[in-house]
Amino acid sequence: MRGVRALWWREIIRFVRQRSRLVGALAQPLLFWVLLGGGFSASLRPPGAPADLGTMAYFYPGIIGLVLLFTAIFSTIVVVEDRKSGFLQGVLVSPLSRAGIVLGQALGGTTLAVSQGALFLLLAPLVGISLSAAAVFAVIGVLAAIAFALTSLSLAIAWRMESTQGFHAIMNLILMPIWILSGAFFPASGAAGWLGWLMQLNPLTYGMAALRRCLYLGMPDAVGLVPALGPSVAVTLLFCAAAYGMAAVTARRSR
Amino acid sequence: MNAIRPLAPAATTAIAIAGLTHRYGERTALRGIDLDVRRGEIFGVLGPNGGGKTTLFKVLATLVAPQGGRVAVLDEDAARHPERIRRRLGVVFQQPALDGKLTVRENLACHAALYGLGGAEGRTRAAALLERLGLAERADDFVETLSGGLARRVELAKGLLHGPELVLLDEPSTGLDPGARRDFFSYLVHLRDREGVTVVLTTHYMEEAERCDRIGFIHQGSLVAVGTPAALKAEIGGDVVVVDAVDPEAMRQRIEQSFGCVPRLLDGVLRVELPRGHEFVRDVVEAFPGDIRSVTYGKPTLEDVFVHLTGERFFSDGAAAPEKG
Repeated sequence: MRGVRALWWREIIRFVRQRSRLVGALAQPLLFWVLLGGGFSASLRPPGAPADLGTMAYFYPGIIGLVLLFTAIFSTIVVVEDRKSGFLQGVLVSPLSRAGIVLGQALGGTTLAVSQGALFLLLAPLVGISLSAAAVFAVIGVLAAIAFALTSLSLAIAWRMESTQGFHAIMNLILMPIWILSGAFFPASGAAGWLGWLMQLNPLTYGMAALRRCLYLGMPDAVGLVPALGPSVAVTLLFCAAAYGMAAVTARRSR
Repeated sequence: MNAIRPLAPAATTAIAIAGLTHRYGERTALRGIDLDVRRGEIFGVLGPNGGGKTTLFKVLATLVAPQGGRVAVLDEDAARHPERIRRRLGVVFQQPALDGKLTVRENLACHAALYGLGGAEGRTRAAALLERLGLAERADDFVETLSGGLARRVELAKGLLHGPELVLLDEPSTGLDPGARRDFFSYLVHLRDREGVTVVLTTHYMEEAERCDRIGFIHQGSLVAVGTPAALKAEIGGDVVVVDAVDPEAMRQRIEQSFGCVPRLLDGVLRVELPRGHEFVRDVVEAFPGDIRSVTYGKPTLEDVFVHLTGERFFSDGAAAPEKG
């Protein structure tokens, strides 16, 4: 456990010392939000979204999801860099198991993602959300689960990668679509048939649903047609376990 | 420092390798290596890049599972129980394994935790090692600000922090100036003598190879010779004379005809191994006065041993850093 904690701590300390990462992970989603939310005028309101919910408000949970995704990607790029720099080799010959190494990395990434996602919660009043203490706790719990799943998934990819270039390509092909098709952008109910199916199969859809339901805790009407909280949380936890399992197995096979 | 060492090992063999083979797809990196390294010796693995040295190192470091043959490190099977080996093994890679964004102390703390050492214990050991290696004053500097030599010392501190019984070092002194190289090696000798640590290292430097208890030459995936530096040099016997001739190829034939020995042409100079070298020097200069630029005469070096075994040169002269392999 000491080793896991050390790797987690290292992720945090590195992040604190490279503030540009903070800007990257926060500014880009913020920009997306303003441009996309502003660009899609009320007339282009996401089909199937609740009628009284503006575009900016609809995108808000999705943008928090994007913050988590970017942070997850940033922190797993460290794995590829560590392999290149040689640091990873030193970790690999230590007695810490591969599963433990991945856990340390995933928890580090999760911590960073949740803290940045939580910063975005400060913007909630802008879209008319007033969060109760219970809602804040629930939201942070959901953010942690989503972040852990996304970080683990990125780690499963990163552990296979030799260079950061290949990593970016795969990230764009796998992780961005997962986000786009999670209901962050448009609800499944309004999507074309096959797309709707894809969205229902996408585990992140349930993470986003859980996030929406917790942001609007006690106001189910404001959420629209998304999966219920219980099943969403259950699927998200399964997503965590599956993604972590994948990353651990990948790491064990890696040299 | 004695507190850092675990109990004295009972067994006498630190590494036992039998019939180790390794392939990368089509390419064979190791073709049947047999080697025993004793506890408490400094063993040097030498050989040109691409000869299989690095693969052997990775197998011993438990980074690569042995494909064929058996490898026991500290009496544990490397294929079946790498995790049992790792705790007792210190590894210093050629490539830096430090995090430049962390301070020296933080790097060591991280490493201690990876080996399950508690905060206080890790700190005590780190402080002792930093003191011993002359790093105490730089403990709170970021590793990326250290010179190459200092960074190598931090690598060594890291590799020794958990009190390993066996230390593997891949080209540990590459990039160090000769003085720093000697200091580094003296510390390895100290570890062997005072703490009974077994040291296995790869090197490109002949002076370093000379100071090893035993060395093994790896060439094209095979171990071509193992022994003490003195024994290996004695195998050549006699002297080595190097003739730099104006026309080396012609000179080779003329020496062969006149003296009945077969010089080896390598890098534009002729090497002759023979029992009474001083007489040959006199005779060859008298026989072909205008055709010889210089003649050097000496007892065989490890370089001569390597040339003798493989027909290739290997050691770097210390000025040029070897390429990574």
